[in-house]
Amino acid sequence: MPHFLDFEKPVAELESKIEELRRMSEPDGINIAEEVAKLTEKADRQLRATFAKLTPWQKAQVARHPERPKALDYIAGLITDFTPLAGDRAFADDAAVVGGMGRFHGRSVVVLGTEKGTDTESRVKHNFGMARPEGYRKARRLIELAGRFGLPVLSFVDTSGAFPGIEAEARGQAEAIARSIEACLEAPVPLVATVIGEGGSGGAIALAAGDRVLMLEHAIYSVISPEGCATILWRDAAQAPLAAEALRLTADDLIRLRLVDDVIAEPLGGAHRDRDATLHAVSEAVRSALTPLLSLDGPALKARRREKYLAMGREALI
Amino acid sequence: MSWLTEYVRPKIRTLFTRREVPENLWQQCPACEQMIFHTDLAKNLKVCPHCGHHLRASAQERLAWTFDENAYTRIELPKVPVDPLKFRDSKRYTDRLKEARETTHLDDAILVAHGTIAGARAVVAVMAFDFMAGSMGAAVGEGLVAAARLAVLQDAPLIVFTASGGARMQEGAVSLMQMPRTIIATRLVKEAGLPFIVVLTDPTTGGVTASFAMLGDLLIAEPGALIGFAGARVIEQTVREKLPEGFQRAEYLHEHGILDMVVKRTELRDMLARVIDLLRVKDREAA
Repeated sequence: MPHFLDFEKPVAELESKIEELRRMSEPDGINIAEEVAKLTEKADRQLRATFAKLTPWQKAQVARHPERPKALDYIAGLITDFTPLAGDRAFADDAAVVGGMGRFHGRSVVVLGTEKGTDTESRVKHNFGMARPEGYRKARRLIELAGRFGLPVLSFVDTSGAFPGIEAEARGQAEAIARSIEACLEAPVPLVATVIGEGGSGGAIALAAGDRVLMLEHAIYSVISPEGCATILWRDAAQAPLAAEALRLTADDLIRLRLVDDVIAEPLGGAHRDRDATLHAVSEAVRSALTPLLSLDGPALKARRREKYLAMGREALI
Repeated sequence: MSWLTEYVRPKIRTLFTRREVPENLWQQCPACEQMIFHTDLAKNLKVCPHCGHHLRASAQERLAWTFDENAYTRIELPKVPVDPLKFRDSKRYTDRLKEARETTHLDDAILVAHGTIAGARAVVAVMAFDFMAGSMGAAVGEGLVAAARLAVLQDAPLIVFTASGGARMQEGAVSLMQMPRTIIATRLVKEAGLPFIVVLTDPTTGGVTASFAMLGDLLIAEPGALIGFAGARVIEQTVREKLPEGFQRAEYLHEHGILDMVVKRTELRDMLARVIDLLRVKDREAA
C-alpha cells in the first residue's frame, strides 16, 4: 500500500479505482483496458497538475516522504565495491552518518551520507538521520582520508538536523559540526554534495560545504525547519506552511539565491514514484558536476571553494 | 588591498567610552536579586559585587573593557544586500532591522575594532546580543570576514566575543551559508600564523557555536555563560529527560573538555594579554 500525502488525495482515489478495476477484470476477463487507460491518463494529469504547483510546505512533505530514496539507496545504486568505514576513533560509530569508499563510474571515491532509515527498525538504528558528534567526526575523518589519497568526495544529504540531545551537547556537537564544515572547505579533492531530501541546517551543511551543491527538485534546504521557525516567529507550529513559504527553502529558491549550483529534475510525482529514474538522474548530474573538477589540483580547488562561499551573501541576491 | 579601501576608507571613527547617566541609579542583580549602585556596577565591569553574577554587557562596553585606555578604532563594515528573502512573519524583516537599528544605534549584530591590549596590537570583533539576539546573517558573516582580513593585514591576533541566539532565520539559507563563510575567516587568520581567540559570553548558541565560535586556537568563556548548539527546550522535548544541573553552562563545558578556561570578566583583559604574549614568541624573536 503506497503512502499518499494529504494533497495527493485525488490522485490516490484515481489510482485505487484503477487497482480495483484491474482486480475485477482478472477473474472475469472483462476487457476494461480502455477504461483503465482513461483513468490512468486522468490520474497522470491530476498528478502533473498537483506537482506543477506544489507549495513550499507541500515540497517539504515530499522531501520527507517515507518512501523517498534515502542516502543508502543512492550509495547502493551509484557506487560499486562500496566498502563501509566506521567510527570516529574516539567514542562510537554513529549510524546516522554512513560512509565509506567505493567506485563511482569506475573511479575510486569516498562517499558520505546522512541516513534516515526506511522502516521503524532502521529509522531507530540511524536515529532518524539526526547525527551526534561522532557522526560529524566520522565525516571529517573520511573527508581527510579522501584528501590524503586524492579521492573525490560525494555526499548525499538528508537530515532534519543534528541530534538535539544531552550527551550530544556534552560531547561537543557544535565543535563536531564546525570541524566537519571546515574539513569540507579544506579538502584538497573535489566535493560534490547532493541534497536528496531534507537539508536541515548545520547538520546538513556539515556534509555539504562543497565545490558543487546539487538539489533534487523536491528537496528542501533551510536554516531551520518550517515547524521550528513557526514556533519561534509565529509562536505556533501550525503556521509551518507560512514559515515554509517565508524561508525560501525550495530548490528553485536556492538556485535564485545562488546558494546551490544545480537542480536535478525528479520523476512525475516525486523521486519515490520511479526510483530507477531518480538514481539514474542523480548519477548523471553528479558525474557532470564532478568531471570538470577532476582536472583541478588541491590548492586550486580550495581557493575556488573559498571564493565561492565568500561571494555568497555579498552579491546582490534575487 | 582593494578590500581595505572598501572597508576602512569611508570613515574611521575613534570612540571613547561615553559616560551615560543610567535611568536608575540602582540595578537589581538578576541572579541574587540584591540591589547594586550603578557606579559599583560599572567599576566592577557589570559583575555583581554580591554574588559574582556576570550581567550581560553591550558590544561597546566590551570593546572599552578590552583595549588599553578604553581606546580603539572601529572600522566601517561592508554593506550587504538587505533582506534577500523579502521575509515577513508578523512583521517585515526590514521593519525589525529598522527597529533594532533605532534601539541599539548599531548597523547590525557585530562591531569590529582595532587597538592595543597591554601594548600589543589586536583586532577585536564583538557580537551585540541586543541586536536581534545577536543572530548571524550576511552582515555578521561579512563582519567576521572583514575582521579576519584586518587581523591579517595588521599582523595582529583576532579576538572574537560571541553572544548570539544563532542563525538569523529571516535570512534563511543565506544565514546558513555564514557558517562556512565565518569558518573561512578563521582559516585566513590561522594560515597567517596569528592567534584566533574566542571569548564565549552569555548566551552563545546554534549556528554561531557550530561554526567559527568553536574553532578558536583558545576558547575562553565567562562564568555562567550559556553555550550550546541546540536549545534547552528542544533537547528536553526530544529526549524527554530533565536536563542536568548547570547543563550548557560555561563550567559544564569546561568540565567536558570543550573549553580551555572559564575566566572572570574582571580578569579577562589580563588573561588575553598573557595568552597573546605567550603565543607570539615568533614576533619577539624576529624583533
